[in-house]
Amino acid sequence: MTDKITFELDGHQVEATPDETIWQVAQRHGTTIPHLCYNPAPGYRADGNCRACMVEVEGERVLAASCQRKCTPGMKVKTASERAKKSRDMVFELLVADQPAKSDCHDPNSKFWTWVGNMGVATTSRYPAAHKSAPDVSHAAIAVNLDACINCGLCVRACREVQSNDVIGMAFRGHNSKVIFDFDAEMGNSTCVACGECVQACPTGALMESALLDKTTQKRVAFETSSVDTICPYCGVGCQTTVHVADDKVLYVDGRDGPANNNRLCVKGRFGFDYIHHPDRLTKPLIRRADAPKSGTMQISRENVDKVFREATWEEALDVAARGLKTIADRDGGKAIAGFGSAKGSNEEAYLFQKFIRQGFKTNNVDHCTRLCHASSVAALMEGLNSGAVSAPFTAAKDSDCIIVIGARPAENHPVAATYLKAAAKRGAKLIVMDPRGQNQGIARYASHILNFKPGRDVALLNAMLHVIVEEGLTDIQYLQAHTDGFEALKAKVAGFSPEKMEAVCGVPAATIREVARLYARSERSIIFWGMGVSQHVHGTDNSRCLIALALSTGQIGRPGTGLHPLRGQNNVQGASDAGLIPMVYPDYRSVEDPAVRAEYEALWKTELDPKRGLTVIEIMHAIHHDEIKGCYIMGENPAMSDPDVQHARAALAHLEHLVVQDIFLTETAWHADVVLPASAHAEKLGTFSNTNRQVQMGRPVVNPPGDARQDWLIIQDLAQRIGLDWNYPHVSHVFAEMVSVMPSLRHFTWDRIDSEDSLTYPVEHEGGQGSEIIFANTFPTKSGRAKIVPVDLVAPNELPDAEFPLVLTTGRLLEHWHTGSMTRRASKLDALEPEAIVGLNPREMERAGIAPGELVTVTTRRGTLTLKTRSDRDVSPGMVFIPFAFAEAPANVLTNPQVDPFGKIPEFKFCACKVEKAAASLVAAE
Amino acid sequence: MNDMSVGPKNNGNGERAIHPGEGRRNALTHPKGRVLAEAELASVKALIGEGPYERPLLIEYLHLIQDAERCLPVGHLHALAELMRIPMAEVFEVATFYAHFDVVGDGEPRPAKITIRVCDSLSCMLAGSEALLLALETEKMADVRIVRAPCLGACDKAPAVEVGHHNVAHATVATVKALVAANETDAVIPDYRKLQAYEADGGYAMLRQCLDGTRKVDDVIAALSDGGLRGLGGAGFPTGRKWGLVRQAKGPRLMAVNGDEGEPGTFKDRKYLETNPHQFLEGMLIAAWAVEATDVFIYMRDEYPAVLEILAYEIPKLEQAGLAKHTKIHVRRGAGAYICGEESAMIESIEGKRGLPRHRPPYVAQVGIFNQPTLVNNVETLYWVPQILEKGAAWFAGLGTNGAKGMRSYSVSGRVKNPAVVLTAAGTTAAELIAHCGGMADGHTFKGYLPGGASGGILPANMADIPLDFGQLEKHGCFVGSHAVVILSDKDDMKDVALNLMRFFEDESCGQCTPCRNGTEKAVKLMTAKTWDKDLLSDLAQVMRDASICGLGQAASNPLASVIKFFPEDLA
Repeated sequence: MTDKITFELDGHQVEATPDETIWQVAQRHGTTIPHLCYNPAPGYRADGNCRACMVEVEGERVLAASCQRKCTPGMKVKTASERAKKSRDMVFELLVADQPAKSDCHDPNSKFWTWVGNMGVATTSRYPAAHKSAPDVSHAAIAVNLDACINCGLCVRACREVQSNDVIGMAFRGHNSKVIFDFDAEMGNSTCVACGECVQACPTGALMESALLDKTTQKRVAFETSSVDTICPYCGVGCQTTVHVADDKVLYVDGRDGPANNNRLCVKGRFGFDYIHHPDRLTKPLIRRADAPKSGTMQISRENVDKVFREATWEEALDVAARGLKTIADRDGGKAIAGFGSAKGSNEEAYLFQKFIRQGFKTNNVDHCTRLCHASSVAALMEGLNSGAVSAPFTAAKDSDCIIVIGARPAENHPVAATYLKAAAKRGAKLIVMDPRGQNQGIARYASHILNFKPGRDVALLNAMLHVIVEEGLTDIQYLQAHTDGFEALKAKVAGFSPEKMEAVCGVPAATIREVARLYARSERSIIFWGMGVSQHVHGTDNSRCLIALALSTGQIGRPGTGLHPLRGQNNVQGASDAGLIPMVYPDYRSVEDPAVRAEYEALWKTELDPKRGLTVIEIMHAIHHDEIKGCYIMGENPAMSDPDVQHARAALAHLEHLVVQDIFLTETAWHADVVLPASAHAEKLGTFSNTNRQVQMGRPVVNPPGDARQDWLIIQDLAQRIGLDWNYPHVSHVFAEMVSVMPSLRHFTWDRIDSEDSLTYPVEHEGGQGSEIIFANTFPTKSGRAKIVPVDLVAPNELPDAEFPLVLTTGRLLEHWHTGSMTRRASKLDALEPEAIVGLNPREMERAGIAPGELVTVTTRRGTLTLKTRSDRDVSPGMVFIPFAFAEAPANVLTNPQVDPFGKIPEFKFCACKVEKAAASLVAAE
Repeated sequence: MNDMSVGPKNNGNGERAIHPGEGRRNALTHPKGRVLAEAELASVKALIGEGPYERPLLIEYLHLIQDAERCLPVGHLHALAELMRIPMAEVFEVATFYAHFDVVGDGEPRPAKITIRVCDSLSCMLAGSEALLLALETEKMADVRIVRAPCLGACDKAPAVEVGHHNVAHATVATVKALVAANETDAVIPDYRKLQAYEADGGYAMLRQCLDGTRKVDDVIAALSDGGLRGLGGAGFPTGRKWGLVRQAKGPRLMAVNGDEGEPGTFKDRKYLETNPHQFLEGMLIAAWAVEATDVFIYMRDEYPAVLEILAYEIPKLEQAGLAKHTKIHVRRGAGAYICGEESAMIESIEGKRGLPRHRPPYVAQVGIFNQPTLVNNVETLYWVPQILEKGAAWFAGLGTNGAKGMRSYSVSGRVKNPAVVLTAAGTTAAELIAHCGGMADGHTFKGYLPGGASGGILPANMADIPLDFGQLEKHGCFVGSHAVVILSDKDDMKDVALNLMRFFEDESCGQCTPCRNGTEKAVKLMTAKTWDKDLLSDLAQVMRDASICGLGQAASNPLASVIKFFPEDLA
């Protein structure tokens, strides 16, 4: 900024910009003025209420709060005058009066007590104490001790302004004013989503991680001895964290100022860390007992592990694991082997895993869970843009005028990304939410438009929008001419999809379709976010094609605030896909069937490679049943929970001649293993991870793996050596260097740079340059440089409701549970918050069927039956049934339809026909 | 069909379904938080309509519910939050901020049918409101609740009581009981000068001259400046200058009328509103014309139900008469919060929020309602505008005495024979005002006085010759503020007086900043003690004065400081 101003600060002339506060300028000049209600962190508005930062401004009748007073030319500020200091000391003395005694305080390390110490203020007060409030320990993860509250309102700002979760308020008046949750509910009974932003913001310990406190005295008993800067193990947002540790145990987690989270975290990232310390952790290699049978329906309880497995040494286990795979490959060829890598592991692990399968067995049968989440999105993006990555980070929403969120529930599945969308809506951007389920617990409050369309009718809705755009001349003709092919075909196709005609198909009024189409097309900057509601259909690729067509036909891509962003599910699904954990492509999506590319890898890996694409996750399961695949190596994935028609999948796993599972728990998949290799958790390993924003970030080890558990990359290397590969990576960074050498996307990346900067976005255009957040500004990475628009037709969901199965079952996730629950259900706080398998039903439908909330029901499809507890949830539309797939005792995928999208090979998790019956009634009938 | 059946009652043989969870808790039967009932939604819709709902009208919606239900059941608040698409906490914090809203939790009993508010502010306390309160409580009237209320603006008729919306002057147990028995709870509308009468006497001529171009804005502003008209809400800012400042700010501009006359001892605005409302409205419309305000918000305190009814009746008449075409008039009803008399807190309240004063700068003339430049004037300030224009600046300026300009309405109450609004020369002294009011009440000897309501400090009888005008009293730690003069006598213990005032501030502090929130609370505790700890109280007074955000906190310690300074014998 050019218009610098000059003023006097403690007798010195200083420069400032007009939007700087006295506090900030003082800080810059080495004076940290005491502060409590002010949090100099991104997103926190100065409120100036605690009056701990008062300074004297010459000529003013009263003192000024330095945290919020802007500098003006010529002002004379004294930060340390007697009068100012007296006031600040008095403020602290008044606050100390009402605090628990220092010796009994909740957190002696709190900002409050730290300032008391730094300022030399007495820890006792001359003033009488006010009424003390009782602790609220109703919440599983957060203790509320308002006797330490100083009414600074940071928690309110944290909850409402920073995270937009809208639970905390400051109610009542005067000295009765009080922090409340909703309508003064106990925190545990409120709508609190436990993001813990308030805990991180609270300067006194009034809001704290309950795990740090003694349950009875509410005094802090756990103190860290070290802290490590790393990243969150959960979703694709990629929040940076600082993990605090003592005695090789994680005590608590804070958000760090990363590009994707600005200190924010969600309940999983902040409170879901202790699964790594769960007694179920695998600490010794296991080998299946010779007399332990295999069966697709078998389950292994903790007590029965010994009956199925015996402990082994690493030497033996690795030998058995490698020999089993090699025997099959030698006998039946490499194509009889398949590998499932993991989107939870690091980039380096993903790269090594696919290299192991391809180089070791000359097969491309290597896949991972991207198949189950965004394979169709990637298929459409590759086809249209020849790039599977997002065109802009989700933080681009800050520049958007119009935001479409379709088939995604970011408040549950990408909670921190959701905070940016909500903030954009508060700034004035139009937020259009398209979802067959409501999002009342999520972002609905901030939506300008909510389109509850009929499940599985995405194309009808999107083609109708395209129809409006074409018909009303809302296309960006210049953009179309300069950058795209295929528009004429689209124009011809969507002509038959008028909103008036599609209204009955998709259930959205024609006028609404027209309105949102106009809004999207006419806004200066529009962006689209989507999730599994779009991708997990037999027409998932078509759905994405429509979204791509929307962006291309209106030129809403390649500029700030515009673009296409499939919200990636797992922490490293972007990186694992980039690294080539996909049967059709080598790293960076280069086709295995392209002879030139293959030749490159054959030269690098000094071996012949499979010239044909490999099988996908679902195809592999079928191939096992057909005895085409006999050996599997599964690292960190749980197809026994995540695959559709999971009984079929489990039967396949049990049918394998040799199954090697490398994991941190004895997962439902590992029940069927021949060898189980105890691996390292995210918090135990070093490696890079790529989030949904294309940000490659450094994950660092926080604790040591338990027992004999080992680093995953070393296990892969050991197995590689045992099948005769010449692998000798001395350090994981060498793997990264090899990746950089073969992956154009990582040009100009070095391990050291990521390590020092913590995060680097690809692509980086020149050595030492910053990464490009927005891509496709001028061209697409296709041969022609132009993007391809692909028109699509209506394809009905594979299994429509009928008289026997009249309802539509859709599956998904819950805020607290991640994927198959192997980690989150072993995270004590998350398990306490969502402890049981539930089925969400519409309240009116429940009333009609005489089902009480919490009552057990059976849900049946053509593939199986589950018994679950009902949750009355108006977000579930009438005619729909929602089951989260995280619960092993009621695996939703017993019910789901394994039919796949022809392009992405992704199963239709979001739609199958089912029926719901009262459990008691069905039991009686059965007897 | 394969019937592998896994679930909580796995296989029907009681075998535990295998899962990694602890299974110690039960799943929620509903999504997190309170479950909203359809009936709750329906009843709130019936009260506030089908929408669209406007966020700034939250307090108005709360009034609609409170009026209908005599309380705010949280179920209704939940429905309201849902309909308005705002956080439950946001509704709750607004509802619990204002004294006239009674939030009732699930399963909690609703308040009684009739609410009796007994004013316990200083003038009423002097008139025996404590004894009255006690006596009323011992009556144990059925379906009645008795609550303390801060100043009802009826200090000339102390002790004041409200039965429902029915104001009772010189209340006694008998008069109150009679009203309860007769269920007479509606506001009594006084006989005021209506539009026709006002116009017949030449009313609205000045406004018409402004609107038709006969008068120029600059001339109008000059007349106010030359006449010496100042902000009579208490701050005394020159009115002409304020209009000029707002006019300079980039539009659209707005205007607010501060009708939240809550300073204990003040009842002048009420008098004008209940006798001659159109003179005020004409002044308001001239101001709106002068600053080109697109909208005018009249913020009227809920303690003046008769005024609210008068405005509701007269403003449409005014609009029908075509006198308000240049702006849009909105009446906003306060809900029982003294702090909303502070202009920025009032603006927050107009926006439908808690009345938390804002930091200055920026000033409301630049950043006011909805962050637009806003002219804020007090009722009485506007009341004089038509007359100054009609009779000329010199006429008004010449009315002052002792060096002051203009005319002032002193609300005189306490130990005088005839408490009243005394309209007289600016700069009149307390001694002269006592004379105006027929001298001291029988049996009372003049001991001291509050020159400016609860916050203006206390002066002793030997300082009763100071001209009561802006800027004259500050050197004594006092100010004239809204010109609410409460006369005290030898029968009054200054400690009790100061404690009454501090309790008022404790109740009315918004709670935003530490010095005021904790300071008033600690001060009350210290002042309740038999002997005052002067060191502690002085330190407290200083931090409150120096470090509070707004005038309430900055001035709340004035009375206590005055007692220490001028009435040491009462502390002995």
